Amino acid sequence: MSKLDVSRRGLLRTGAVAGAGLALPTIFTAQSAHAFTNEPTGGTVTLGFNVPQTGPYADEGADELRAYELAVEHLNGGGDGGMMNTFSSKALQGNGILGKKVQYVTGDTQTKSDAARASAKSMIEKDGAIMITGGSSSGVAVAVQALCQEAGVIFMAGLTHSNDTTGKDKRANGFRHFFNSYMSGAALAPVLANAYGKDRKAYHLTADYNWGYTTEEAVKSSTEAMGWDTVAAVKTPLTQTDFSSYIAPVLQSGADTLVLNHYGGNMVNSLTNAVQFGLRDKQVNGKDFQIVVPLYSRLMAKGAGANVKGIFGSTNWHWTLQDEGSKAFVRSFGTKYGFPPSQAAHTTYVQTLLYADAVERAGSFAPCAVAEALEDYEFDGLGNGKTLYRGADHQCFKDVLVVKGKENPTSEFDLLEIVEVTPVEQVTYAPDHPQFSGGALGTCNNGA
Amino acid sequence: MFNLNKKDLSLLIIVAVLTLFAPFILNPFPAGSAMAQFNAGYPDLMQRFVIFGIFAIGFNILFGLTGYLSFGHAAFLGVGSYAAVWMFKLLSMNVIPAILLAVIVSGLFSLLIGFVSLRRSGIYFSILTLAFAQMMFALAYSVLTPITGGETGLQLALNDPRILGVSQTAEGNIPVPGLFGLEMRDSADLVIGGWVFTFNVGYYFCALVLLASFYLAIRIFRSPFGMMLRAVKSNQQRMNYTGLNTRPYTLAAFVISGMYAGLAGGLMASMDPLAGAERMQWTASGEVVLMTILGGAGTLIGPVLGAGFIKYFENIFSKINDNVLHSWFSFLPDGLEDAVVFIIHPFIGKGWHLTLGILFMLVVIFLPGGLVEGGQRIRSWLKNRKTKDNGSASHETNPAE
Amino acid sequence: MDAIILQILNGLDKGSAYALIALGLTLIFGTLGVVNFAHGALFMIGAFCAVTLSRILTLSHTIIDETQKDFLGNPLKVEVPYVHDMFGQATGDAIIDWAVPLSVLFAIPIMILVGVVMERGLIKHFYKRPHADQILVTFGLAIVLQEVIKYFYGANPIPTPAPAAFKGSLDFGAMLGFDPNLIIYPYWRIIYFGFAAVIIGGVFAFLQFTTFGMVVRAGMADRETVGLLGINIDKRFTIMFGIAAAVAGLAGVMYTPINSPNYHMGMDFLVLSFVVVVVGGMGSLPGAVLAGFLLGVLESFASMREVIDIIPGINQIIIYLVAIIILLTRPRGLMGRKGVMED
Repeated sequence: MSKLDVSRRGLLRTGAVAGAGLALPTIFTAQSAHAFTNEPTGGTVTLGFNVPQTGPYADEGADELRAYELAVEHLNGGGDGGMMNTFSSKALQGNGILGKKVQYVTGDTQTKSDAARASAKSMIEKDGAIMITGGSSSGVAVAVQALCQEAGVIFMAGLTHSNDTTGKDKRANGFRHFFNSYMSGAALAPVLANAYGKDRKAYHLTADYNWGYTTEEAVKSSTEAMGWDTVAAVKTPLTQTDFSSYIAPVLQSGADTLVLNHYGGNMVNSLTNAVQFGLRDKQVNGKDFQIVVPLYSRLMAKGAGANVKGIFGSTNWHWTLQDEGSKAFVRSFGTKYGFPPSQAAHTTYVQTLLYADAVERAGSFAPCAVAEALEDYEFDGLGNGKTLYRGADHQCFKDVLVVKGKENPTSEFDLLEIVEVTPVEQVTYAPDHPQFSGGALGTCNNGA
Repeated sequence: MFNLNKKDLSLLIIVAVLTLFAPFILNPFPAGSAMAQFNAGYPDLMQRFVIFGIFAIGFNILFGLTGYLSFGHAAFLGVGSYAAVWMFKLLSMNVIPAILLAVIVSGLFSLLIGFVSLRRSGIYFSILTLAFAQMMFALAYSVLTPITGGETGLQLALNDPRILGVSQTAEGNIPVPGLFGLEMRDSADLVIGGWVFTFNVGYYFCALVLLASFYLAIRIFRSPFGMMLRAVKSNQQRMNYTGLNTRPYTLAAFVISGMYAGLAGGLMASMDPLAGAERMQWTASGEVVLMTILGGAGTLIGPVLGAGFIKYFENIFSKINDNVLHSWFSFLPDGLEDAVVFIIHPFIGKGWHLTLGILFMLVVIFLPGGLVEGGQRIRSWLKNRKTKDNGSASHETNPAE
Repeated sequence: MDAIILQILNGLDKGSAYALIALGLTLIFGTLGVVNFAHGALFMIGAFCAVTLSRILTLSHTIIDETQKDFLGNPLKVEVPYVHDMFGQATGDAIIDWAVPLSVLFAIPIMILVGVVMERGLIKHFYKRPHADQILVTFGLAIVLQEVIKYFYGANPIPTPAPAAFKGSLDFGAMLGFDPNLIIYPYWRIIYFGFAAVIIGGVFAFLQFTTFGMVVRAGMADRETVGLLGINIDKRFTIMFGIAAAVAGLAGVMYTPINSPNYHMGMDFLVLSFVVVVVGGMGSLPGAVLAGFLLGVLESFASMREVIDIIPGINQIIIYLVAIIILLTRPRGLMGRKGVMED
């Protein structure tokens, strides 16, 4: 206590001194006694799984939670080990993380940034979580990522597709395994040009919020590079349920392709409405009218039912992939829960393993050490082939799947078929790409 | 003292004691025990209790006194948070200017919206306020994204100007909100036996603001102005016939309660520097209505109780999962344990909405005056029992013939 | 021109959903004086009647097909609906295909029952309580109802398609002499509009031309006097609540092919339907219908590309903007009576 500075530590020391003065030296401890936020001291370590449990994405959140529980089981040496057996890194022993048994707490994001932050904060402040992961929308991911940066814990993003998460809103303590809007556009455009020709007039309907904007921009620029023409791009309110008044004028515009930059309930409804209007039975400019959905998820496909048949889109991962990692994951998930996992389950499971592995390799739970272990780390065997966690923006680079709604599904989970596995080179971009400009990682924060 | 009568003073003292000792009161269970799940004494939730308490107190000044039911009050809270975060971005991380601007901006918005909406009364007034708030939410979420951050919310960035502060700290991080060097997120732990009590700077700052707001609310309730507002509630027409224009009074009440909401929004941003558009959605406005009615509309302490009640459920019940349940009931035989978990399962974790809905209904059906009435009933029941005990005791000494 | 005709069609179709929900809401308010926040939930329950019936029709037993494998490599379990066993494959499929129209019959008794139980069990006790209490208790009920549905059916939307015969759309433009494909409209939406017209007409005729309806109307005007005449008005109002619930429920059933139903669809419509009722005038039946169609058409116009280009974001706020303008210029709504709900 050589100098009195009124900083955070300073205050806490003063508090401790005051405590000492009151002859309570052993019971009054400042929270900065630890080297970093929530340093695990006992025989266990706590992870925070923050997923939507109420609201429209509750089913997606439930699937994420299943994957998390499976990952914890595998980390603690239970079950068949899943993808731990196929993972290129062999640092994980099945004895928890650094020998500490893995425990977890769960929370409800409600798919609202405020509620998600409240839930994450309670995990950090009350339950002592050392890492937060989860989420099912970019708004939540960006909000919680910023919180984790401030609090000094690692954030492993769940399902978040907006460019901003690792673009203008990137943070040093945040990491994303899931792919993004740019990658969707880059992977889809060549496949679309192949299937539908290079001379197409596209009409975009875009959800009127951040994710919609980045997706529209990504798909627009990559299809225009292929020779497509964008006739119009119309923003639709997030709260819209009936899209008829947006879809009806599409044919009048002379467009022959409709791109639906919608997710979740918006996508289910807009696609259902578009098919209802019989757009796909029409001929425009001598070509069959087509509909494209840039981002697919199995739950959305399930909600839209037969309407997805033959419609192209992209996805991060699909359970029909035949590599060893995917097969091992589908086997252990399917055996435990009775149905195949979704892409949300896959990305959250992988993120948990990647975090645990990074801690093992770093030999420490300290966020900065973990971040260093994750940065520019190359791995394989987790389902998407060879993958790089790029250090410049904390985004994973891996193959992207272009899928199509299956014509004859054999079960309620068999709704999409893989059309092409776009190699990673084709979806890689420079860290300073204009679609990702603005914002900076900053420096990692150990907190405490 | 403070120009209050005895009853109000004791109420203020009770509230002061409750808020200042909240870290103890809200953490009744030892950390690490199975019941620790029900502890609410961690900084974020304590701050939320107090901030939503302020919001509800302000709402009650309008609704409880004048009877005007605003369904768009969350808009003022949202505007307040945006103003505060912009202050953090442009000026400095000191919370005082941020909160001041939050109160001023929300006051201006409420003046404008109140001026228009108060031309109507009853449900027409409710729908007008709802319409304004929904418009603000929809625009903030979409076309106003450059100002509001849209879906991801308005956040601080490393390259913000912060002309009176620093853009980033020496370590290269975004600075955190503080009060002349005191950082809002600072905490100290007190460990006594198995118990851990956390004292947080931000919480105590909010608590002091709450006490000031509560004191101001008492003064308003007891002032001639408050009497005038009550008169508006009981019969506005008669007031008008006596030649008195009630509009300035109701507008003043509206603006005051809007400023309370802005204060809550500014505090919220000071504790956690992010402002999201969902704060302005109609469900958020509905929440403060529920808090006030649940606690007891028109009473001083009711809204604070209601706010605590709802926030407690949202934050504690949503975090209980099957795993936790199994650990609680592990002492039961296996089959019985599974059965108990199966029965409770729909009401916790992802089912916390269901529990809350049922509780709303139960409270409204059986306690029309809200939680405050519940407290009064318990008190009078205890009193009755006491007198009955005395009565029966005296009865025994005088046996019947 | 074609664009405008198209948006009028869209507006009428949207408006018919708004009008049906608002009609029930204002009926309950007009008869019982209750502000029912659970009305959206009734719409949602109606939609889930359709989901339930199609689930019942597709109830199946499993056969193990050794020739096919499931994703884990075990023999595939094939689901065979009981209706296939009972009626043969072709007839069975046809019955399943017609699940939504059949649900109309299924939903009427259920919805009336739900409505009557709700009124007798809960709402009855709130007639004398302030509107704020009514709002709180019905809002609590709405949350409970939707959470119960979510518990059984999940949060994801459930596709409930229209019969194959109504797939595709009518080339309306060609009939009016425009170029083909300029004004097309889906058959099911045309049916929805017709259905709404029939229901609305039915409710009006019932109130206008039957003795029962006459008594109810009298009761709406002066409940006490009608009661003094020795008429059991409470019983009739209970029945009216059942009818209002059925109207909302049927609106929900027929809506399922337009948008896949989910547990929160009622909440999505709740705020909007209140705006419709207030714009129309609290307690005014013709007002609710008129306002429903008016707001539907205006919403459709506001979503046109040409309009959004001039005023960005207008499609987000048009409903509320109209509500504000109407309430400021015509305080009691389009067709409301003076002094209703103003205190």
